[in-house]
Amino acid sequence: MMPILTAPTAPRRAAFARAASPGVVDETHDVILYLEGITVTFDGFRALNQLTLHIEVGELRCVIGPNGAGKTTMMDVVTGRTRPDRGAAFFGQNLDLTELSETEIALAGIGRKFQKPTVFERHTVRENLELALKGDRRVRRVLLGGLGSEDEGRIDGMLRRIHLAGEDSREAGLLSHGQKQWLEIGMLLVQEPQLLLLDEPVAGMTDEETERTAELIRSLAETHSLVVVEHDMAFIAQLGGRVTVLHEGSVLAEGSLDEVQENPRVIEVYLGR
Amino acid sequence: MAPRKSLAVRVLESTPRAGWLALGAFSLLFLGVLPALHLFTPAASRLHVSDLVITVGGKIMCYAVVAVALDLVWGYAGILSLGHGLFFALGGYAFGMYLMRSIGHEGVYQSDLPDFMVFLDWKKYPWFWTGTDHFLWALALVLVVPALLAFVFGLFAFSSRVRGVYLSIITQALTYAGMLFFFRNETGFGGNNGFTDFKRVLGFPITAPSTRAVLFMLSAALLGGTLVLGRYLVTSRVGRVLAAIRDEEPRVRFLGYDPLWYKLFVWTLSATLCAAAGALYVPQVGIINPSEMSPANSIEIAIWVAFGGRGTLVGPVLGASLVNLAKSWFTVAFPEVWPFFLGLLFILITLLLPRGVVGLATRLRRPRRPA
Repeated sequence: MMPILTAPTAPRRAAFARAASPGVVDETHDVILYLEGITVTFDGFRALNQLTLHIEVGELRCVIGPNGAGKTTMMDVVTGRTRPDRGAAFFGQNLDLTELSETEIALAGIGRKFQKPTVFERHTVRENLELALKGDRRVRRVLLGGLGSEDEGRIDGMLRRIHLAGEDSREAGLLSHGQKQWLEIGMLLVQEPQLLLLDEPVAGMTDEETERTAELIRSLAETHSLVVVEHDMAFIAQLGGRVTVLHEGSVLAEGSLDEVQENPRVIEVYLGR
Repeated sequence: MAPRKSLAVRVLESTPRAGWLALGAFSLLFLGVLPALHLFTPAASRLHVSDLVITVGGKIMCYAVVAVALDLVWGYAGILSLGHGLFFALGGYAFGMYLMRSIGHEGVYQSDLPDFMVFLDWKKYPWFWTGTDHFLWALALVLVVPALLAFVFGLFAFSSRVRGVYLSIITQALTYAGMLFFFRNETGFGGNNGFTDFKRVLGFPITAPSTRAVLFMLSAALLGGTLVLGRYLVTSRVGRVLAAIRDEEPRVRFLGYDPLWYKLFVWTLSATLCAAAGALYVPQVGIINPSEMSPANSIEIAIWVAFGGRGTLVGPVLGASLVNLAKSWFTVAFPEVWPFFLGLLFILITLLLPRGVVGLATRLRRPRRPA
């Protein structure tokens, strides 16, 4: 497949100039994330091989695939943690993700929930949300500006939404696994990103928690674009939305869950085992 | 709807009531009672506070400021510096230049130049001594030069994401390099003898009881101020970001914070506090030489912090005080045992008291809950 976008020099410089104040993502053309021919190699192992993936604005996309298919590496590329050897990655029409730092990408509007819940264990639940709250992140602003009552209100609202209202002054390290997952989702939401990347959001959750999480994610899809990496097929069925199957670093199949489950190649490499 | 709280209110609220009471008691004693008893009671009186108490006390308070400064970066931002002695010594040297200029013609060679320059057969001051006869310029050097060095060093170290033990090692190398540089006579800071034989500060005789009392009070004020500033910082949102960087730096990046600027801020602030302490230390002990920059000195600072309890602010003050009082006693009673004692102390606190004396106190008061 011919890449639609390559990475010419001009947008690079433009991206660099934007670095000081990450620009607003340009969502025209209804595509929020372009990955074109992304290749990532670790010590000779091709984690991603010519991966091409488009996520539309407001889309809820599930990504599945066997271990080592490149799901987490794909998220690493999108969030700036890993630089691709080849290929282009754009956020909207204008932001070249291969040129921005992790911090700039986060500020531009891409939020990520990690596979292992990574909340700040020695901070309280409220402090965790406060750290994540959208706002000016520069040292002098944070040093001199206190939180206004509006900010506190947003935190309180999120505490209720993630069912942690009674736990706000507990240390996050003392929460149950499922609660930590919820806290992390809450932290993601108060950042107010346009694109959410969720890496196994229901790992280690009870059935009831899983169901509530599916409900939350579906409600988010109305206002956000979402990419969910998950193993749990029942959960993916609850989410609905298009499914992309990754295998050995490239897209094996794409379609509704029923379509990909009937795809013979998918059955062969993944579901059939 | 509560409006945003003003900075003053937030500073006031950052230290708990007990903290303000303790600080009040400390101020009363160290800014009032002790200096007054030193100055206004006859030497024979049982209430008299001796020269020794005032100079050792002032010196230890300067050390305590350095310990709190190290705690800010180590305990709250996870940056273990083993080179903080360098910033302390640079502050001391910067103010020492002013003290050297204040000697005037009263040196051994009765020259315009300090004795060590006459000895080297120099005819005029090197360019970087320009203006050091002015108190305010010297003060500016105290605050700016170490801060600038810390900023540039931090910029390179933190932006290349050097962390943990690697950072500690390069801070050791930095202070060692500083020591070798200052050992050279050609550097222009008196070589291995450094600066000494000061006569006066701001026109006042440097060994007069009243001068000593004022320096002692300034040290106490600096220590109190450092503690209030430190408490505000670590309880502020910046403090929470720093603690988050300490615990999970990569995660902080994905929240959109750039750890570089947060680390640089606290690192530079810490170095500046050390420099201010160094500048107060030199007139009280009457000497500054390159041995203050020796790697072992900086490691000792880390021991004070660990012994008192890192991440507690008050702990490092206790640590610096107790270790230095022990040192004063040991180096008189059993001078050869001191290094072994210090080493043993460090091993024991690392193994048994991860949160130092303060951690022990909290554990004794509140027995650990069964898991």
